[in-house]
Amino acid sequence: MSLPCAPTLKTELLEVSIGPQHPSTHGVFRMNAVLDGETVVKLKPVMGYLHRNHEQIAETLPYLANMPYTDRLDYICSMTNNFAYALAVEKLAGIDVPERAQYLRVMMAELTRLVNHSLLIGFLLNDLGAWFTPVFYAFREREKILDFFEAVSGSRMMCNYFRFGGVKADLPESALDQVRRIVRDYPRFLDEFERLLAGNEILKSRCQRVGILPKELAVNASITGPMLRASGVNYDIRKADRYSIYDRFDFRVPLGMTGDVYDRYYVRVLEMRESVKILEQVLKQMPEKGDILSAKGLQACRAPRMWKPPAGDAYGRIESPKGELGFYLVSDGSPKPYRYHVRPPSFINLTVLEDLCIGQKIADAVIILGSIDIVLGEVDR
Amino acid sequence: MFGWGVLKGMLVTLWNFLLTYLWPKKGIFTVQYPEKKLPLAQRYRNFPFLVYDGTPHMIRCVACKICESECPPKCIYIIPEKDAEGRVQKKPAVFDIDYAICMNCGLCEEVCPFDSIFMDHEYEISKYNRAEDLMVRKEALLKPWEYFAKIRPHDFERIEAKRAAKSAKAKPVAPAEKPSQKPDAGPTSPQQGSVPKNG
Ligand code: SF4
Ligand code: SF4
Repeated sequence: MSLPCAPTLKTELLEVSIGPQHPSTHGVFRMNAVLDGETVVKLKPVMGYLHRNHEQIAETLPYLANMPYTDRLDYICSMTNNFAYALAVEKLAGIDVPERAQYLRVMMAELTRLVNHSLLIGFLLNDLGAWFTPVFYAFREREKILDFFEAVSGSRMMCNYFRFGGVKADLPESALDQVRRIVRDYPRFLDEFERLLAGNEILKSRCQRVGILPKELAVNASITGPMLRASGVNYDIRKADRYSIYDRFDFRVPLGMTGDVYDRYYVRVLEMRESVKILEQVLKQMPEKGDILSAKGLQACRAPRMWKPPAGDAYGRIESPKGELGFYLVSDGSPKPYRYHVRPPSFINLTVLEDLCIGQKIADAVIILGSIDIVLGEVDR
Repeated sequence: MFGWGVLKGMLVTLWNFLLTYLWPKKGIFTVQYPEKKLPLAQRYRNFPFLVYDGTPHMIRCVACKICESECPPKCIYIIPEKDAEGRVQKKPAVFDIDYAICMNCGLCEEVCPFDSIFMDHEYEISKYNRAEDLMVRKEALLKPWEYFAKIRPHDFERIEAKRAAKSAKAKPVAPAEKPSQKPDAGPTSPQQGSVPKNG
């Protein structure tokens, strides 16, 4: 048998379908990649495997009954999903939130950010081949936060904790100590995590200059969250919109320089440190006692079937750990929303996947996807 | 030096590895689950159950159907009891909850005005059959009020106080029968055994 010599070597593009069952796609997500050798020349994301008609379901339900469903959008950050939805409804109906509840909300949102970012970094490293060690370190810390969520809201992940005009329940006794412990120990964990990863040459060579997202593209594609900031755009809704009581806290917005995978990873590490800072301030400033649900909110939550917000529309948005999470509600004055729309950060951030992957190796497509930080529950809704 | 960063990372894993031997309390975070179980938070919620006072005939639920209509995935099904003349009684004849659909949101507990449905701590509920076994009927849902006191003492106290205040206001003669917390443990335990367990 003679070996084929170069001119007769037949080459053609190869189409590879990654997923929907592939472990590196973080859920049921499919990428149809066209490869030239190992280089990606085309990549088509295919989504919708987890579509569960979230928006339509919400339009058939009273406002409050949809709160537990929002938990299931981005199931890692159920607290922030609740937060955005509660904000939208409060805007719609003009419900005020008492002081203590505001602090509780911010506390939960920032803890959720810690959960999300540490988990994401763990899984990103998993995609890089650091088989589960970083994930388990992250899980270990996340566990403490989830224990706190369980003590407060009753559930580890599907918290269903926010209510219109406040939160569901006050902290149980000793829960505050739990938070203090988390806040005290978290920087130590971050240091350890950094020792474990930051100097790692493999990590650097795999991540740096890979999947670069230019500033202009990021803005044009309405990318939000850490991904946008990694590209060097200073846009954080906590600063830009100052919803809830974020104007009372002193924190910085970390920015990346190149917008590659490494920046996206590192921006998140820095964000966690800022979150810890916010949590420290929350613990210091939070009033000892106080209402957790305003009178108007109580009305809305006591008999959800009967409660009717005034006709109109409202858009509530927050800086969720993944980006701008917004809920758009149109009310016709009936107990159910006339139109309910979610602006999911994962989904919109995912739209640039092809641009990031073209020209990269197929193995890098996996970490680029990992660095975008998607949760399929939110992408497909 | 190239490779130093990797080595430094390895030292962290090595340290964590050693910690599991040197200082297990700090180094080991996992629990050998079926043998050992972590304590649950009092507010932990899993699936709803119905409470009765004293005997299982004294169901507290009045079949007002509020929870049925508030439940987001509509997994509660109630038919009120009717007496011989067909008048609707304040008692459910049928009270089914489809555990396969229930999403543990706890809204039923929040909206029930009669404090009769609560979220349980039972989590080992795996079954062989989704359609029949997870459709939990009234008999299996019923659990004594003392059971609630055991799993959620804080809420128990709060609700007892609320109910006492309410019944004192409504009719001062008939106070809500108040199960004393500890002495009852003897007589209630056989009852608890006779209740079909969901687990
Ligand atoms: S459990 Fe409560 S809300 Fe549901 S029917 Fe019975 S009394 Fe009404
Ligand atoms: S916990 Fe939620 S889903 Fe389950 S029965 Fe109660 S209201 Fe319905």
